[in-house]
Amino acid sequence: MKQNIIALLQKNQIIGRGGACFPTALKWQSVKKAKGKRKIVVVNASEGELGLFKDIYILENYLDQVFIGLQTALDYLNSTEVFFNLNKKYYSKISKSLMRLVEQYQASGYQITIYQEEPSYIGGEETTLLNSIEGKRRQPRIRPPYPAENGLFGCPTLVQNVETFYDIAQVAQGKYENKRFYCLSGKIKKRGVYHLANDLSISEILKITNNYPDFSFIAQIGGSASGLVLRDDQLAKQKMIGAGSIEIYPLTIKPHELLYKWFDFYQQESCGHCTPCRFGSYQLWQQIRKKKDIDWEATLALVNLMQKTSFCGLGSSLAQAVNSYYQNVINYYAS
Amino acid sequence: MPVKKVPVYINKKKYLALPGESMLSVAQRNKIDIPHLCWHEDLPVFGGCRICLVEDSDGKVLTSCTLRATKDLAITTDTKDVQQLRQQNLQLLLANHQANCWRCQQKFDCPTNKLIEKYQLDFSAIIKTKIKEKIQKLNVAAEINPAACIACNQCASICDQIGIGYLQLVDQGTLTTVETSKDAKVDCIYCGQCTAHCPVSAVHEQNQLADVIDSIEDNKKIVIAQMAPSVRCSIGEEFGLAPGTDLTGQCYTALRQLGFDYVFDVNMGADITTLVEAAELLKRLKENKNLPMFTACCPAWVKYVEFYHPELINNLTSARSPHIHSGGAYKTWWAREEGVKPKNIVVVSIMPCTSKKYEARHTKLKINGLWPVDHVITTREFAVWLKQRRIDLDQLPVSDVDLPGQYSGAGAIYGASGGVMESALRTAYEQYTGKALKKLEFKQVRGRQGIKKAEIDFGDRQLKVAVAATVRNAALLIAELKNDPQAYQYIEVMACPGGCIGGGGQPIPHTQKIVSQRTAGLYRHDSKMKVRKAHDNPVVQDFMNNYIAKLTRQEQERILFTTYTVKKKFD
Repeated sequence: MKQNIIALLQKNQIIGRGGACFPTALKWQSVKKAKGKRKIVVVNASEGELGLFKDIYILENYLDQVFIGLQTALDYLNSTEVFFNLNKKYYSKISKSLMRLVEQYQASGYQITIYQEEPSYIGGEETTLLNSIEGKRRQPRIRPPYPAENGLFGCPTLVQNVETFYDIAQVAQGKYENKRFYCLSGKIKKRGVYHLANDLSISEILKITNNYPDFSFIAQIGGSASGLVLRDDQLAKQKMIGAGSIEIYPLTIKPHELLYKWFDFYQQESCGHCTPCRFGSYQLWQQIRKKKDIDWEATLALVNLMQKTSFCGLGSSLAQAVNSYYQNVINYYAS
Repeated sequence: MPVKKVPVYINKKKYLALPGESMLSVAQRNKIDIPHLCWHEDLPVFGGCRICLVEDSDGKVLTSCTLRATKDLAITTDTKDVQQLRQQNLQLLLANHQANCWRCQQKFDCPTNKLIEKYQLDFSAIIKTKIKEKIQKLNVAAEINPAACIACNQCASICDQIGIGYLQLVDQGTLTTVETSKDAKVDCIYCGQCTAHCPVSAVHEQNQLADVIDSIEDNKKIVIAQMAPSVRCSIGEEFGLAPGTDLTGQCYTALRQLGFDYVFDVNMGADITTLVEAAELLKRLKENKNLPMFTACCPAWVKYVEFYHPELINNLTSARSPHIHSGGAYKTWWAREEGVKPKNIVVVSIMPCTSKKYEARHTKLKINGLWPVDHVITTREFAVWLKQRRIDLDQLPVSDVDLPGQYSGAGAIYGASGGVMESALRTAYEQYTGKALKKLEFKQVRGRQGIKKAEIDFGDRQLKVAVAATVRNAALLIAELKNDPQAYQYIEVMACPGGCIGGGGQPIPHTQKIVSQRTAGLYRHDSKMKVRKAHDNPVVQDFMNNYIAKLTRQEQERILFTTYTVKKKFD
């Protein structure tokens, strides 16, 4: 199996499920190729984006599968060293089964360190996560070097999301069915995590799960802070993007309410490393708090600044939510 | 093997870059202005301020500090998009800072103010953020004003490079600021490199100008100025002159214009230190005791030993530092010669250093109840004072130092890393061998390397010496000594890169390249001197032979020597 795992990952088009969708086989090969005796695998169970709760669902229901995926990666890299980066809030929920598996794997010679991370959005960014584990300030690193060459404690490091390990396990056992996990939330009947085909449209997902609203609505997909906002009539052609989430808002939701949710989240979550994210998100949040009317020109300018000049993906990601909301909803209904 | 340079294009003009070099560095080297606040050529790239924006040929806006040179990479530094985004980031970053700046309050000579004017920043639309207001004191040397901090990380980064890691960024979002370490095992050594690397003066020396001016205005006081070796070759930078320009004579004139009654020179004190220290070295060599002997001119290094390596306390020379030596000489010997009351004398040292402020307040140094040095101001404070008084230093005629300030070339090079070593060697060699040195320059201990090692031929024996700049490098030597205690007999350590000439109180910008140019100025100064050995300085000969030699051992101790104690945090 060792020999053909790369081919299997490629054939099944396995990609990172943390949201960046990077081809898994490619990531594995770079870590394999990187120089260094000590190679480390990091499980990313940080899950700090709004509207996402699939990682904890997988950890609660399929933890053994996650470990099979993990073992597959370790064996491929001839490594035994794991840092399990776990959102602190999740620890108490899974500690029993987690510790049982850790003991079991340790008995077979794997070294697994559980790192309980303070919950945050930036904490899921892979270089920030590495800094946290190393006890350094929680902020992203400059890339290059990439973690694959120079990651945790300077070693070549494979960082992978919980769901990706689940997928790898399925591939390794010949059970992969081209499915992914979808988190559905907002104004719907059945909030929850659904394991469905990869290539469904957003409308189909809502229909299959009996969640298609009977009122006019808008949807935010791929994260409820940074995700893309679409009208209901745009959903039949749209497939899932990023980390799989759909949040439904009624069309009547006040722009103020939506923007406040996003801006409040970003100003709280900004690590403070760079100017546009640190101060831009704060300005946006204050403006929305202090003013009844939305100054769209000023808002879009700040969002554009954050998109174009932020240090990492967190700061720049706000633009997708605000710009798509403005284009697809605000501007659309204004004209 | 020489590295092959690659062509890159900045604003359509071709330049050569080292592969992987940051484009900001290429621009900087070629004098193309790209504003930046968190980037410093000697520090690792931080990438936080997002001011150094440029646009690549695909129209993508990028930070030039993180953009690495590759073959034929083309960037533009001032497209419309870049200008607008840069201005927005500057406004966001400096809005809070602007109202809280120590330098802005003086309304001149502020790099931040220059940026505000140059980029026509308008803060009216920006909502001020909550700020922390508690000022953190680094003993009496420096202080951090979090309200002015822009979280650029330069201070924390240089503190780490020095080998301490006392400063670090804390908190997140808009509350992100630099703070001092709470770790009981980490303490500040007051070197002040943080103050020399703060682009907005949020970390700055504790200003003592007001006290100095009060003394000058007090008619009962006899106020003496003494300037450190390193000030004369760097102060010119504050007046637009090249680093290394020697303004010794202009400084004397300026000090008189500022109202000092006498103008002496720390270089003379350095000559005293050399004599005391060389004698101690020869004594220790003879007795084979407490070797290697470490220099102790640098109070930051001394604090490092007292806090981090108390096991080395007995290895520090017991000689006081130059300005303390000369200050003590004025208040004893000179006061007697002039017939003035020591308590009416006020000694002001102008130093390239912030830790000298801390050193001057050591009670153990008092002589007959009086501080050898009453006030210490940095090169930067001196420049602010001159500008406040509209004194154009570069335009002044030169004048001479007052007689008791006469010094040798050996004193003049004290500012350079290796300078104390070289001065001591010039004296120790002649006193040990009884022969005159054929060549005064000890080139092995010169230069900008962090560690220099040499074996000096002392006739019947070899003297193994080492010179370290920064305590990070000193720590390497200490580790080496653990394995081989006989590795060296004499070691010079300065806390700052390049020695005092690269001190924390020196003009900003402060880079290793500039420090090298300043250093060259010091060696030129020495090479032009007639007297180039401390023991040939007639003033010091007079002081030592006709005054010190006639005192009791106890009285000599009080003026020439000091002691050290184990320090706990914040001592």
